[in-house]
Amino acid sequence: MDKLHLPALIAELQKFLPADGVLHSAEDLAPYECDGLSAYQAQPMLVVIPETIAQIESILKLCTEKNIPVVARGAGTGLSGGALPLENGILLSLARFNRILDINTDDRTARVQPGVRNLAISEAVASHGLYYAPDPSSQIACSIGGNVAENAGGVHCLKYGLTVHNIMKLEIITMQGEHLTIGGEAFDSPGYDLLALMTGSEGLLGIITEITVKLLPKPSATKVLLVSFDSVATAGQAVSDIIANGIIPAGLELMDNAAIKAADDFAHAGYPRNAAAILLCEIDGTVEEVDDQLQLAKNILQQSGASEIRLAKDEKERLKFWAGRKAAFPAVGRLSPDYYCMDGTIPRYQLADVLTRIKQLSDEYNLPIVNVFHAGDGNLHPLILYDANIEGELERTEELGGKILEICVEVGGTITGEHGVGIEKINQMCVQFNSAELTQFHAIKHAFDPDELLNPGKNIPTLHRCAEFGAMHVHHGQVPHPELDRF
Amino acid sequence: MISDISNKLQVQVKAAFDKKTALRISAGNSKSFYGRGVKGEEISVADHAGIIEYRASELVLTARSGTLLSDVETALAENNQMLAFEPPAHAPSATLGGSIACGLSGPRRPFAGAARDFVLGTTIINGKGETLKFGGQVMKNVAGYDASRLMVGAQGTLGVLLDISIKVLPKPETELTISFEQDFETAHKALRQWILQGQPVTASYYYNGALSIRLSSTGNSVKKAHEMIGGELRPNDLWQSLQHQTHEFFSRHKNLWRVSVPASAKSILADQQQLVEWNGALRWVASDEDLFTTAKDVGGHASKYRMNSDNEENIFQPLSSTMLSLQQRLKHSFDPDNILNPGRLYPEL
Repeated sequence: MDKLHLPALIAELQKFLPADGVLHSAEDLAPYECDGLSAYQAQPMLVVIPETIAQIESILKLCTEKNIPVVARGAGTGLSGGALPLENGILLSLARFNRILDINTDDRTARVQPGVRNLAISEAVASHGLYYAPDPSSQIACSIGGNVAENAGGVHCLKYGLTVHNIMKLEIITMQGEHLTIGGEAFDSPGYDLLALMTGSEGLLGIITEITVKLLPKPSATKVLLVSFDSVATAGQAVSDIIANGIIPAGLELMDNAAIKAADDFAHAGYPRNAAAILLCEIDGTVEEVDDQLQLAKNILQQSGASEIRLAKDEKERLKFWAGRKAAFPAVGRLSPDYYCMDGTIPRYQLADVLTRIKQLSDEYNLPIVNVFHAGDGNLHPLILYDANIEGELERTEELGGKILEICVEVGGTITGEHGVGIEKINQMCVQFNSAELTQFHAIKHAFDPDELLNPGKNIPTLHRCAEFGAMHVHHGQVPHPELDRF
Repeated sequence: MISDISNKLQVQVKAAFDKKTALRISAGNSKSFYGRGVKGEEISVADHAGIIEYRASELVLTARSGTLLSDVETALAENNQMLAFEPPAHAPSATLGGSIACGLSGPRRPFAGAARDFVLGTTIINGKGETLKFGGQVMKNVAGYDASRLMVGAQGTLGVLLDISIKVLPKPETELTISFEQDFETAHKALRQWILQGQPVTASYYYNGALSIRLSSTGNSVKKAHEMIGGELRPNDLWQSLQHQTHEFFSRHKNLWRVSVPASAKSILADQQQLVEWNGALRWVASDEDLFTTAKDVGGHASKYRMNSDNEENIFQPLSSTMLSLQQRLKHSFDPDNILNPGRLYPEL
């Protein structure tokens, strides 16, 4: 799209969009320049904010006709740059699709628009004794449409699953303007499982216009143990011991000493500040089940070498224990001008080894790393502390982050557990997948979006890019062609 | 039996791709009745068998597709674990690959999740004879499209399954089966209330004017739940007879439909012979009538489960033209020459 033709495009969009639904001045575009990964920024050509599904369809058809790429955006809280705009593209905001359309207490489902906030769903159904299980840390702000696009997780995934396990049906519009219902109100649907394929597709396959989520009954009882350890490795082993003994905790979170201190300074959670590691082990279910499993968990934890086991004595203390964990990221943010959050996932039995190697890398790069993560499902969130104002430090941080992800792949894990690839981990996709697999991914994209106009350049790297990335390794981390576009 | 014949399988698919000849994928033939007939050279994964890796504390088992389902279940039981989606075996020859390819789930499905919910990773051979690995062995993985779960229920039409990594769960400490004689609506209304109260229900079944449910939890929890909701005790093996369809209802009827509907859908098929599972969401109906429209009208879909006929045009609920077209393009992306189980799901797929 030639910028000279922009006024004509704006006029065409204004024909069917509300007066405030087309943003084009630099001032209006600025808030959309990045998502939750602010290290990457770009100004879109235009931002469109439709109010009806018919308007979305018209936007997509017009963009297909004029060959303009489209990037969808929900609340913009994503951590991998999935909603990073394209300079030659339109940013499609779904912010005005913010209504809960229906709550079905018989089938325990809710039909919602994509711009509804994650937490707003649980709030709306709380009076029925129900809630929506996936709880990413951004749940106050993040939108359910974005959750589906990224297959968002949270602290309760081991027991309650990711977004893909907690949705029933999607309404989508393809880039050609076709309307499709994916999944359904029954537990399964005929043909291929497109519901799983759409979930986590990062806005590359279609625009989600409606979501039917599953709701769960709120458990009768929920209790949490705060468990201290003299070493991170012992804590990691305790996690395996709990699970091997038949307990699936609702949450099982691990924090290392740096995280404990930072979180406790920030949230005054009453954490044992001298512990090398703590585990938060939450158990929910019926009153009797929780009592039985707590007793078993305590016995296991003692045998696993816990130095202290504290049961939150009431709901107030339970929330206090969690407040520290939930404030861990902003708390770490106070330790350093900037931090970089990784999202690799590993088989849990590799935990001690991987944490040791992360520590070695941290020393080698002279960049401190704080560990706070979803131990139950092996989803690491190493936070690399750096200062973006120091020349070259972001680049060194990204290189260190890349090496951590490569370790995750090497031990049988993945480069991203719940944050998505976006633009951030696009190079590491070349480490995790070979060219035949990447070619298959591009073919899937092509089946949905033959003109490659939906969020192009994200999620799946081109083979050309991977070849360049391979060359980077040969040259000891020196980017050989800095003039190349970064996607 | 433990053997890795992935190279041989890949050579066979590649040769078929080069010659443009169709392949009919088989393993244990326990579910060969489920789907449309396929004409083609047989490619059997039955000898591609064996558990590759299983660590109970990781809750993950990786096995070759031809591994007997019973071998998987035995290995899990030794560690007090299970396949929580309770796949129907239908015959002792049933394999893990066939179970995942068919994507069927048993009584625990509404509470624990379906086959697709437990698949963490797959290695497949696509229709070009390329071996591709998607997903992995970890609980959370959002790198690339979720092509692993796409294989579940695709019945081999997108790829020949080689290896499968699957999430497993601990067996509950105690299980108890109780039953109530009530009409369909009253029974299911009560069941919905129990679920909402957080009672540890893990299966339900309605047949011949009685609702049976399974309670699973710790001993104290199950005892307390039974005290609260009452009901006549029944043997726990009832659920195996539903899972594997050895229940007399299934042997009595030859014209069996599987009707998947929203759980609260009214008993629209009341005058038919039926057995209801999944809190009302799965209805097995014996009928000579065409139930595609009936199912669609209540927001669900139907499939002809056992019809004893190779000439059925539609076994599965017909798709809209837009949806069929998309699914054809997707099939084409994996299998451009349409050589993998062509026509198994639909004449066009």
